[in-house]
Amino acid sequence: MSFQKKVNMKHLIQNVYSYADSRFKLSELLQFATKKKVPEHKYSFWYYFGGICLFLFAVQVFTGILLLLYYTPSIDSAHESIKFIMSQVKFGWLIRSVHSWSANILIGAIFIHMFSTFLLKAYRPPRELTWVSGFFLLLIFLAFGFSGYLLPWNELSFFATRVGTDIASTIPLIGKHIKTFILGGSEVSGATISRFFWLHVAILPLFTTIILGIHILLVQIIGMSKPISLAERKVKEIPFFPNFILKDSLGWMLILALIGVLCVFFPWEVGQKADSFAPTPLGIKPEWYFTFMFTTLKIIPSHILLFEGEVIAIFGFMIGALLWMLVPFLDRNAAKERRSPFFSFMGWIIFLYIVIMTVLTYLLPGW
Amino acid sequence: MKRRNFINLFLGGSLTATTVAFLYPIIRYLLPTRQTEAVIKKITAAKVGELAPNTHKIFKFGTSPAILINTPNGELKAFSAICTHLTCTVIFESDTETLLCPCHNGRFDLGGNVVSGPPPSPLESYNVEIAGDDIVVSKKG
Amino acid sequence: MKVLSTNRIIYSLSLVVLAVFVSHPTLSGQTNSCVECHNELDEELKAPAETFKRDIHQQFGLSCADCHGGNPSEEDIDLAKDKTFKGTPSRSLIPEFCSSCHSDSSYMRRFNPSLRVDQLDLFWTSKHGQLLKKGDINVAVCTDCHGTHEIQAATHPKSMTFPWNIPQTCNRCHSDKEYMKNYKIPTNQWENYKESVHAHALFDKKDLSAPVCNDCHGNHGAFPPEVTSISYVCRQCHPSTGELFSQSPHKKVYDEMGISECEACHGNHKILPPSDEMLGTGENAVCIQCHEPDSKPYQVASRIKGKVDEFKEKIHNVESLLERADRQGVEVSEPKFRLSEATTALVLVRNLTHNLSLIDIEEKIEDGEKVITEVAEAGEAALREAKFRKVWLIIAILFIFLLAIALYLKIKQIGKKTSA
Repeated sequence: MSFQKKVNMKHLIQNVYSYADSRFKLSELLQFATKKKVPEHKYSFWYYFGGICLFLFAVQVFTGILLLLYYTPSIDSAHESIKFIMSQVKFGWLIRSVHSWSANILIGAIFIHMFSTFLLKAYRPPRELTWVSGFFLLLIFLAFGFSGYLLPWNELSFFATRVGTDIASTIPLIGKHIKTFILGGSEVSGATISRFFWLHVAILPLFTTIILGIHILLVQIIGMSKPISLAERKVKEIPFFPNFILKDSLGWMLILALIGVLCVFFPWEVGQKADSFAPTPLGIKPEWYFTFMFTTLKIIPSHILLFEGEVIAIFGFMIGALLWMLVPFLDRNAAKERRSPFFSFMGWIIFLYIVIMTVLTYLLPGW
Repeated sequence: MKRRNFINLFLGGSLTATTVAFLYPIIRYLLPTRQTEAVIKKITAAKVGELAPNTHKIFKFGTSPAILINTPNGELKAFSAICTHLTCTVIFESDTETLLCPCHNGRFDLGGNVVSGPPPSPLESYNVEIAGDDIVVSKKG
Repeated sequence: MKVLSTNRIIYSLSLVVLAVFVSHPTLSGQTNSCVECHNELDEELKAPAETFKRDIHQQFGLSCADCHGGNPSEEDIDLAKDKTFKGTPSRSLIPEFCSSCHSDSSYMRRFNPSLRVDQLDLFWTSKHGQLLKKGDINVAVCTDCHGTHEIQAATHPKSMTFPWNIPQTCNRCHSDKEYMKNYKIPTNQWENYKESVHAHALFDKKDLSAPVCNDCHGNHGAFPPEVTSISYVCRQCHPSTGELFSQSPHKKVYDEMGISECEACHGNHKILPPSDEMLGTGENAVCIQCHEPDSKPYQVASRIKGKVDEFKEKIHNVESLLERADRQGVEVSEPKFRLSEATTALVLVRNLTHNLSLIDIEEKIEDGEKVITEVAEAGEAALREAKFRKVWLIIAILFIFLLAIALYLKIKQIGKKTSA
């Protein structure tokens, strides 16, 4: 009897599979995934950060959609609706805390993913475009963070947005216009909430879908890069499916547990409602991932030769970002599968610079 | 049982358990809450005809008490019922046609202004509209 | 054509009328020789011409001559200072100087029908007026409180007589030890008032209904209120407290002993925000000023304080209970709303301490405690809910770890297979 049932069940699954297979070409996909090999060596730990970013992005999309149900993007009710979610809606505190925590972990994971890719020179041909698309994803996620931070409309986010956009306005000629465009007016106001909300839930997700699609497609087609230092050696390889995917999901589960613990013991704060007439509180800082730029702007001398220090710093960051994006085309040695110590050195310098500046922001009081 | 089968069963079981553990909060989250809106700006305070002239009713507006008064000439007025002195709840005194805070005898007129006693500022007044059978009170501005 | 000629006539007629107005000095805002000359003079004599522009009398169309006499239409100084010219009145004559208009009701009616005209009469009854009569010209006269040539209505926030300026106005003389030394009265009123609950309401909360000097002492008839009248002065704003006090056993004793009612416990200028520490038999309690330990009133005081403290403690406990539940994300707005009834009861109880009736106080506290019990139940339920959520989360994390272990085993298993 039970044997009969089992056979029937198997039969049913097979039927459904073959129905779907003949339409979606599932077995071809599966064959591709099983055939695809991922090198396994002493650096393969860093391969998992891409997957973690993808997983956290999925968490963001999921919790973001849930938050949309109760959040109202207006000056009168933005803060109130967050408070409502945190206190009245069942498990609202969990959903919102997961969204906030995983957003921060996501940005951190993106930075780790980026630097590991850079230092392992995974950007060298034919993966230049993977790197460039990744660079754009970085910008998009920073914009996600910047716009999402304001949405709860609390004191900290209000002033951080003000300070952040003030920095943009120091760019000569176009700065003021950029600021007005970002804020939807001359000041952080109700129009800014509408804009940031629009950006956060419509525009940025649209761009992410396109660029993330390209990024993942490229990774799947070209496959994972093997570090230059291991080029000579024979490296063990494991199938992408199921071995690598299973390892990936093990990592995801651990991250998920971490987020769960963080949310239970440190639910994300709601803060004081923003009051545009209140004086700026002391020691206002942007989100931690912007602080390295923020602190640079603070410690740079006000005048360097004939130019304003702030303007020079901003141009420095812009040029730096451009060079960073174009690294695959600049690093001729890596392109020829040769070691390029200069680029490794620069990578470490930039990494240390970001870490030191970020730490300085939090160590020095009154900054 | 074979080791392979056991692992598969373990994997399937824990996956199902995790999914259920995650679905529960999500479903609870999606179910409507008792208070349906984040900010209450409008509320049905009473039904038309519920209040006889020269009587009042205390109702809950958001998280604080408010008072709806039907004046002797049949005009409806609504105020925050929180006394501006030490936040006691005010009542309507029908024989003097004033609002009275019992704690320190603070008195307000039917415009919400302080008539006598220690309250430092007028009561917040609300808009009153009649929508069909309902008396709807809303915050001004 | 005819229409045009009529217009022309009207036009030329109006020109003639205009010319008459312009040439006639009284109709056209003539030049004022007082101002012209005084503008040329040195500081002290120039000041009136300058400051009078901001004076309320100027806004009502009055000018120098309306108080000082003389003829401002004369250019020559001797002709201008004619027989009607009064010059600067001596200090002792200032009250009459001002009251020549301000006590004339038919004159004052033209400008402000609601303004009182009894200021001079009141002034003579005040301590200032009485001393002036005796020839002491150091006392305050009209100009000391209202200014001279820059007088503002009392409703003008910059006026010396606007509520939050009054303490400074009185204080100019009354805090000056040197100036006040002949009068043998304290000079620390401002020091004390500054710390009072009334000053806090006035200066920090900008509550203009908070009493300043003149609300208790009177203004034109300023006089220290006597023992019997203090209680009536306070009752102006605190009627229910006064009524309760009148029911208390203190009333009779105070009257007999000649103790001023409110002041005995709350003080006069330095009326600090009342605290529960004033009750009972503690260090800061006012009851122990008169009552000996172990006397019956002493015990009652101690019991009242005990009751109030106990009630406060209960409110505080249930508040923190709700706070805890709130922080853990449980909906508690309903019980919080209910709790406001208990805090209202506490305010009422504090007021009831003025009639010293244990029965009244206990009754009110009982009402409040019923509410507290209900709220506490709701709070406990909320905490149980919070705990339930945490347990659920722990279970969820446990499942995740199990899943992680399962994945790990699977990976190992597959790894073996591939390498094999």
